[in-house]
Amino acid sequence: MASSTVLIPPRHYLNDGYGIASWLLTRDHKRIALLYLATVTLFFFVGGAMAVMIRLDLATPAGDLVTDETYNKLFTMHGVLMVFFFLIPAIPAVLGNFLVPIMIGAKDLAFPKLNLFSWYIYVAGGLFTLYALVTGGVDTGWTFYTPFSTVSSTTNVIPTALGIFITGFSSILTGLNFIVTIHRMRAPGLTWFRMPLFLWSTYATSLINVLGTPVIAITLLLVAAERVFHFGFFDPRLGGDPVLFQHLFWFYSHPAVYIMVLPAMGVVSELVAAGCRKPVFGYPFVAFASLAIAVLGFLVWGHHMFVAGESVYSALIFSMLSFLVAIPSAVKVFNWTATMYKGAVSWETPMLYAYGFIGLFTIGGLTGLFLAAVGLDVHVTDTYFIVAHFHYIMVGGTIMGYLGGLHYWWPKISGRLYNEGLAKLSAGIIFIGFNLTFFPQFVLGYMGMPRRYHAYPPDFQVLNVLSSAGASILGVGYLIPMVYLMWSLRYGRLAGSNPWGAVGLEWTTTSPPPTENFTETPVVTWEAYDYHAPAEGHVA
Amino acid sequence: MAAHILPKRVYYTIFAILMFCTYLTVQIAFFDLGRLNAIAALAIAAFKATIVILFFMHVKYSTRLTWAVVLGSIFWFGILVALTMGDYLTRPWRMFG
Amino acid sequence: MSPEAAHHPPVQGLAHQFDSLEQQTEATTLGMWVFLVTEVLFFGGLFMVYTVYRTWYPDAFAAASHTLDITLGTINTAVLITSSLTMALAVHSAQLGQRKLIMIFLLATMALGGVFLGIKGVEYYSKFVEHHVPGPSFHFEEPQFAAHAQIFFSLYFLMTGLHALHMIIGFGIMLFMLGWTWKGGITADYYGPIEIAGLYWHFVDIVWIFLFPLLYLLGGRY
Repeated sequence: MASSTVLIPPRHYLNDGYGIASWLLTRDHKRIALLYLATVTLFFFVGGAMAVMIRLDLATPAGDLVTDETYNKLFTMHGVLMVFFFLIPAIPAVLGNFLVPIMIGAKDLAFPKLNLFSWYIYVAGGLFTLYALVTGGVDTGWTFYTPFSTVSSTTNVIPTALGIFITGFSSILTGLNFIVTIHRMRAPGLTWFRMPLFLWSTYATSLINVLGTPVIAITLLLVAAERVFHFGFFDPRLGGDPVLFQHLFWFYSHPAVYIMVLPAMGVVSELVAAGCRKPVFGYPFVAFASLAIAVLGFLVWGHHMFVAGESVYSALIFSMLSFLVAIPSAVKVFNWTATMYKGAVSWETPMLYAYGFIGLFTIGGLTGLFLAAVGLDVHVTDTYFIVAHFHYIMVGGTIMGYLGGLHYWWPKISGRLYNEGLAKLSAGIIFIGFNLTFFPQFVLGYMGMPRRYHAYPPDFQVLNVLSSAGASILGVGYLIPMVYLMWSLRYGRLAGSNPWGAVGLEWTTTSPPPTENFTETPVVTWEAYDYHAPAEGHVA
Repeated sequence: MAAHILPKRVYYTIFAILMFCTYLTVQIAFFDLGRLNAIAALAIAAFKATIVILFFMHVKYSTRLTWAVVLGSIFWFGILVALTMGDYLTRPWRMFG
Repeated sequence: MSPEAAHHPPVQGLAHQFDSLEQQTEATTLGMWVFLVTEVLFFGGLFMVYTVYRTWYPDAFAAASHTLDITLGTINTAVLITSSLTMALAVHSAQLGQRKLIMIFLLATMALGGVFLGIKGVEYYSKFVEHHVPGPSFHFEEPQFAAHAQIFFSLYFLMTGLHALHMIIGFGIMLFMLGWTWKGGITADYYGPIEIAGLYWHFVDIVWIFLFPLLYLLGGRY
């Protein structure tokens, strides 16, 4: 088994070849993960800059910071960049790429060259979208509703739609790679039910990527084509139905939110097990819950269209199905909580993010149930209630899961430990900033403040100021990790192969791992999260 | 992955059936069968696709995983059509006034 | 990779991440199948649009469909089915390690595909001449159906165009396979690449198997 006494091996994936070509032409999944880390972080901060502008404008009731047209472009680009270029790729392409082969005991993914190609596709799509941004932006909302996007909008709809279209193939090919890898390349003895739950979540996410993304691809292509050729598919004047666009758009975009949250749930499973030194309670239920979320997630898209003109009967069906999809998520929350019960609960930074996720995702998920009820949804649709709901899940959930995972596996990725004090501080700042930003928005929405408006009645100002203040705190919270994580690369203490004392194949190899991940193919004879087994072999 | 090697006559037989079905579906189009026209055309197309999948693509001799992938893709397309058409077909209904 | 395999000489054609040619073939085959799933959903979006508008405008769609040449469409269907046969025979030859036959059948498949595209070109040209191409010069003989017939023709060009694009990509794949076969990389022990090229081509055939009745026949010809 891999040595646990060597703090840092002489040869590992980071020093296995120097120079820009060795990175840009790499086939190593770990290096590709870092390429993604750099680019998703870039897009996160560009999208974040849009958010700063939005919250600054909304600090006062009058729309005086930017014009209404500019404001429309700001929230559109914020959504496009955050959804397609950060939230959807982040955990799968960064943590997934790094960990999937190691967690299954393989040397790399099934298709390493395809993996690199996926990154280039992502970058190409991102460049298209950034080009659209700097040459005038787009104002349709990230949802591109027709016929505004196909007929009336005078902004850069086509380059943005094409940018997202191109990047979609990155998700599709990454999903394909993960599915084949998990099916066909597991190490001897690693049965499905011995896999860490992160792999189950990644697998479920990959299913959604493969089944859903092609539909948004063809839909955006149709938007671009209709804008150029005036086909009439979504234009009522030519016999088309704008709601058809919404059916096609949301068929992907609802499952997309599960692409965004499932990987974070997978991370949380790992963090909770390691942080409590216990197997995750009800492992099979959590595993099947991931699959159930992936499947049921495809059956609920019409809940985005309750007021759009779909039939009442259709709305009823989608409402019922939307209640159902909450169940597997709830199962996971119960099981994580049960794992913590009588566990050796730790308070290290990754675990703080995990606990934050559990609490904030629960709030976001419960408010989702409010929205599944058609009557209540009609009242709060297109208000800040919706905005708060999805930010609780995307930011309170996914981003916390991402940061938790980044911190937990940072020693494995870099071989170094970060400054725990600063890390805890950032986690606290992020938690406070986040809630201050978004909780007032639930109230604002319920009181009737519409979303996507750059001005509002003065009655709403206090809550908006609170929200903007929270946003500035949140921004600071996000910047601090950039500093100490980068600092740790050079000056951090050496981590050793298993700084957390956790169970998992990734902790049996060195930090950083060698290019081929393991010096010998592991043979797995233990169950997942086997914390009570004698400390030989698999616990370093 | 089919290690099973089909004899060439299987391919020729499937080819003949496919050509016959093509002839059949074109002929049916020349008769007014009302709603049956669409059903017949789609049923014949589905049958042709099925034998291409089973024999030309060797799915009949493939693993359960391959079957799951094939059936899954059809089922997922089915979800898109069923729930979308569920909206369109119920829009004229006025059961609750 | 088991400890024993580490000491074996590298197997020809085996990528480093796999332990055996069998695992590699299984993985690449599964990869192609998963890719075909994405293609089903990709084309599926267009079939969804078609389904909605055919339900809404059956008469306009029928009228528009009648202007398509059913003879050419039928010939094309027969041509593509034949190309599926030659592709299946190419895979069969690969399973038996018959290098020359593989190349002959691949070339036959490509030739038949070329015929298909040629006939498609003729059809597109006639649509252009009849002013049935959506856009400013669109004109439909039955004015009461004109707007909705334009939706039909938009779908016609989009769906057959996307299909033709996939055929052209298929040519590229087959050229690549031709080269691989010619250099001797395909044997009875390792014919996976031909098999997955076949899967792709059969999928393209299946899309046409549905496009043909939907575009040419569903309007009825009586």
